[in-house]
Amino acid sequence: MSAEPRTSDFGGKARIALNDPKLRANFRRAMDGLMTKRAAQFSDEEEWRSLRARGTAARARALAQLPELLERLEAKCIANGIQVHWAETTQEANAIVLGILEAAGAKRVIKGKSMVTEEMHLNAHLEAHGIEAVESDLGEYIIQLAGEAPSHIVMPCIHKNKAEIAELFADKIDGLAYTENVDELTAAARKALRGRFADADAGISGVNFAVAETGTLVLIENEGNGRLSTTLPPLHIAVTGIEKVLEKLEDVPPLLSLLPRSATGQPITTYVNMISSPRKPGEKDGPKAVHLVLLDSGRSRVHADTELADTLRCIRCAACMNHCPVYTRVGGHTYTFTYPGPIGKILTPQLEGLDCAGDQPHASTLCRACADVCPVQIPIPDLLVRLRTEAVNPSVAAGVKGGGSGKTWSETMGWAGWTLMYGSPLLYRLATRAMALLGNWLPASGPMLKEWTSIRTKPKFARKTLHQLAREKGFTHER
Amino acid sequence: MSASARDRILDRLRAAPKRAVPDRPDWQPPIFGAEAKAKFRAMLEASHADVHDVGRADWPERLRTILANKGVDRVMHAPATAAGRQLAQAWTGPDAPTLVAYDRPVEEIKDVLVHDVQAAVTTARGGIAQTGSLVLWPDADEPRLMSLLPPIHVVLVEEGAIANSLAETMAAQGWAQGMPTNAVLVSGPSKTADIEQTLAYGVHGPKELIVLVIGAGENA
Repeated sequence: MSAEPRTSDFGGKARIALNDPKLRANFRRAMDGLMTKRAAQFSDEEEWRSLRARGTAARARALAQLPELLERLEAKCIANGIQVHWAETTQEANAIVLGILEAAGAKRVIKGKSMVTEEMHLNAHLEAHGIEAVESDLGEYIIQLAGEAPSHIVMPCIHKNKAEIAELFADKIDGLAYTENVDELTAAARKALRGRFADADAGISGVNFAVAETGTLVLIENEGNGRLSTTLPPLHIAVTGIEKVLEKLEDVPPLLSLLPRSATGQPITTYVNMISSPRKPGEKDGPKAVHLVLLDSGRSRVHADTELADTLRCIRCAACMNHCPVYTRVGGHTYTFTYPGPIGKILTPQLEGLDCAGDQPHASTLCRACADVCPVQIPIPDLLVRLRTEAVNPSVAAGVKGGGSGKTWSETMGWAGWTLMYGSPLLYRLATRAMALLGNWLPASGPMLKEWTSIRTKPKFARKTLHQLAREKGFTHER
Repeated sequence: MSASARDRILDRLRAAPKRAVPDRPDWQPPIFGAEAKAKFRAMLEASHADVHDVGRADWPERLRTILANKGVDRVMHAPATAAGRQLAQAWTGPDAPTLVAYDRPVEEIKDVLVHDVQAAVTTARGGIAQTGSLVLWPDADEPRLMSLLPPIHVVLVEEGAIANSLAETMAAQGWAQGMPTNAVLVSGPSKTADIEQTLAYGVHGPKELIVLVIGAGENA
């Protein structure tokens, strides 16, 4: 988990995941449940249509005015007493967070769930500098104990079943006997983490929406760990991607109605935490200092392409992965990088580069299930196709990182030959006749055919071409 | 370093092709009319909260009974609020629960908060029918951690302050004109489903949420 793997190996990892019956069962059960609950939330087609249109517009408005809104957010936050930092890369963001903690003399950090800090591998960075960061979301706590990465952006330990968690807790939590009782496991985590909250020198969280109008950070959660992380320690650092900004407070209600219903089928999360300033004079609790770290890490590059920029509308509900026939069978770890599933397949290649995640846009059947459920109407399948093209024939203007890296000599020559053949009746006739005569002599294990025939029977070539057959039937109309 | 990072990020964003800012299309959050309170109650109960209709004068007595049945005898209150004063006046006598005041900065009272109270009583600024949510607006008199650290959270809400939706509440109360240090919507006790999607309550915040709705017909 500490070292970032630089390239994805989707094909190889998918094969292993597909043959892991426990993993398949864990995901199948979870995804079926989440899909059913989401469907129950949006049974009113008309409500879904108008709510979704409003939510999409709220996000699209924010992205269309992104630089102005970021400046407004910054100004509002500063006026409210929140200190604002900008980071171009994850390394810079890590350095900023470390700098704030070191300046405050903080040694113990409690964390609320945040995918951006996963993207930064912040915990490993802090640990390397002698600062202990403990995850407090139950799912994140479980995978931190196991030394793993999240396999789902909303339910990070969805790949583990009760028995695996029971074993892990018995092993890692002092004095806890093996139990598969979920209430007992939850109580054990509460007990183990209570002291951590009380002793923490700082809390680190993500952000769901950052409202430019009022300088408000909106965080949603069910457990209360996010509120504790942002209330109990004397210092709070919120980390977010620059795309999470919203123009106005009135944009929050529609998105707040879309996000939890799409994610877990809840009408709302237990807590919606809206933070607009550090502790004011006279107030008895809350952090005395609040910092907001705005991370770019490739997002401004994504924003430069008007089509691909739709990726940034994402509100991280995970409905796309819950409904994806690929994700639900292979799980999140197969995607190697932080964001799995359909959104990951368009986001990761753009953030990390097509040269190290170029296989991801191909890990899709383009069935459009993700686009059907996306609450902010990101055209994921269209962007997958676009990225497949960018990998081979990069458009100069787009400048997708690693564009063109998928171009190979053999494929380029193959298509050039194909074009030539189809452009010339003579060549076409020669080539098809040659295949009719020689095709059945090609060995099934030869180049090109080997992959195809590994799971299929080699096709039988007809002895006569379609043109020959047509002519024999008396068709002569050929120019 | 960070000043120039800021400029470079903003420069890149400004260099992107301009795009149209779409209008906000019409969207109408639900309106429940006379059913608002019933919806509020049903949604909260579906989220595992206890909801009680109470009178403006007798709620401290009702609460005393509710808490006594749970074996609660150390309760945190906000002594400077009207509700806090009412509680302190009503809960007298040798067998009354001990009231612990949140009257100092958290640094001086953290241990009590974390380990030593079983319940806390706060007010809500309003309720939201659509989602069964309580609008908490903590301030100097009624600090944030009261609704978070003790295992039982008791909330007082006026029936007349129950709105249809969050959008309606925000507009009616003029939130955009100024947000407090912290505002919170609470829609049930703390919960998690991280282990095999099995619901468990009280993972970090309160295990129980008790909502006292003061009837609209009640006199002050």
